[in-house]
Amino acid sequence: MAKPVDLRRFTGFRAITWLCLFVLYAPLVIVAIYSFNDSTSITRWGGFSLKWYVDVFTGPEAPKFRDAAINSFTIAIGAAVCATLIATAAAVAMNRAGRFRGKTASLALINLPLMVPEIVTAVASLVFFITIGFKTGLLTIFIAHIVFCIPFAYLPISARMQSVPDTYEQAAMDLYATPWEAFRLVLLPLMVPGILSGFLLAFIISLDDFLITNFVKGAGVETLPTAIFGSVKQGIKPNIMAISTLLLGVSVVFVTLSWIIGRAGQSKR
Amino acid sequence: MAGGAPGGASKSEIYKGNGPRLLLPAWIFIGVFLVAPVAIMAIYSFLTKEFRGGVIWEFTLAAYDQFFLDRGLFGDEPPSIEWTYIGIFWRSIWQAGLATVLCLLIGFPTAWFIATRDVKERSVWLFLITVPYWVNLLIRTVSMKFLIRDTGPLNELLLALGVIDTPLALVNTNFAVQLGLFYSYLPFMVLPIYAAVERYDFSMSEAAADLYASSWATLRLVILPVVKPGIVAGCILVFVPSLGAFLAPDLLGGAKTFMIGSLIEEQFKGAAGNWPFGAAASMILLTIVMGVLLVHARAQTKGER
Repeated sequence: MAKPVDLRRFTGFRAITWLCLFVLYAPLVIVAIYSFNDSTSITRWGGFSLKWYVDVFTGPEAPKFRDAAINSFTIAIGAAVCATLIATAAAVAMNRAGRFRGKTASLALINLPLMVPEIVTAVASLVFFITIGFKTGLLTIFIAHIVFCIPFAYLPISARMQSVPDTYEQAAMDLYATPWEAFRLVLLPLMVPGILSGFLLAFIISLDDFLITNFVKGAGVETLPTAIFGSVKQGIKPNIMAISTLLLGVSVVFVTLSWIIGRAGQSKR
Repeated sequence: MAGGAPGGASKSEIYKGNGPRLLLPAWIFIGVFLVAPVAIMAIYSFLTKEFRGGVIWEFTLAAYDQFFLDRGLFGDEPPSIEWTYIGIFWRSIWQAGLATVLCLLIGFPTAWFIATRDVKERSVWLFLITVPYWVNLLIRTVSMKFLIRDTGPLNELLLALGVIDTPLALVNTNFAVQLGLFYSYLPFMVLPIYAAVERYDFSMSEAAADLYASSWATLRLVILPVVKPGIVAGCILVFVPSLGAFLAPDLLGGAKTFMIGSLIEEQFKGAAGNWPFGAAASMILLTIVMGVLLVHARAQTKGER
């Protein structure tokens, strides 16, 4: 007779999971630790110091990184807002407007930015802007970012809308609310967690992008990733580790926020 | 998937008649700024190159000719197959494939382990697995380079422990690139497998055991069919972005590990500056990726029937 194996408890799987976490976190933790290194050499540990953080804000490269940071955050906020608006409208159409022509094609279109390889999108965007005679710069980065942020904003928003039953809106309509009122006063408040998660994901994705930005940024315009990439090409310097750690902190804060919001939304139901 | 979302939510008709109007912004943005650009890129791949970047609007097959055919130094020899670029594509497929296997070997047990925890514990594990994904990809890749470089902390540690006598030369190797790709896309493997295992009803394996199935038979005949879609989805989600990846091969690899992403980038950013050729290479990459996705979609709809 077959031995009753408990398939839930494969020995070794726990160890592999821990290994997995170790591999994922070790490089980030090491860089965060070394960003506090007092030594100018990146190899030797010379005691705890905040001097590379001071260097980031006041050192010779500070203006470059400040401008890059302003560009990055402006674009990320703007692109995330636009992508969230577009994605919310799209999610209403896909989840609340019944059947209509082109619905399946629309879903494919919304997901298209996820399917086209990033390098291809980068090349295509560059030749497009050049062909129509659009000068590459901040605006072209902004437009390109909106496009690839749309599916990331759409996923959590649509998922949330699916889980909210439309009975509340039906009740509102029975009480003579117009569709716009039903959306604004009933659906939208219920959608807040999904919309916030969508916005945060789009924001992080925009902040993260290097490849597409690098193609459409034009001369002299830098975002944080392109500025960091330019520096890293000449070797990893301690101030880069400090910037990386700061940016890492921003990402962790935003993802944690998104997670907490998502959980709050779930438990409310 | 075409039939709409599960739970019948998409059958809701509250805002009936407004669908196309609400989708208009998405259509305009993605249509004008992604579909049209790809179409223009396709045209570029048939144009004549201008030196120092740019194109001349004269149609030619020169870019594809250069990609596939070798006509000798002066272009007057009978054409034979040019292996340089096919080789770069082949290497990229191979590297992306190995990274996918690496992700599967680590990702499957991880996903399985997480999916079999208590519900509360699961969300914490999932959170821990996904956080690194949201950290800037460039920063993650640079961090990996910092860790594994010749005089980096990993080598220092191994030397201090006496595991090795001379530092391991990891940077600029194929393995470093695979490690970088693995590091970049691991969550893409874990999440779909997790979702599939979570759906699996473990009383089915108990039923199988009651009917005298060996644990191997249970795994193969009962569990695998349920989990397989998750594994396939995970493999595609890792393989596709790995194939066109730029940062991991560029920062962790060297000249010997040149991949498609770098080949294309060089045509637009580097000294080579052959835009039609870069556009042609992009078209070939896009064709491969769309082919993989199409085969997957076909298999999926066939499975649903």
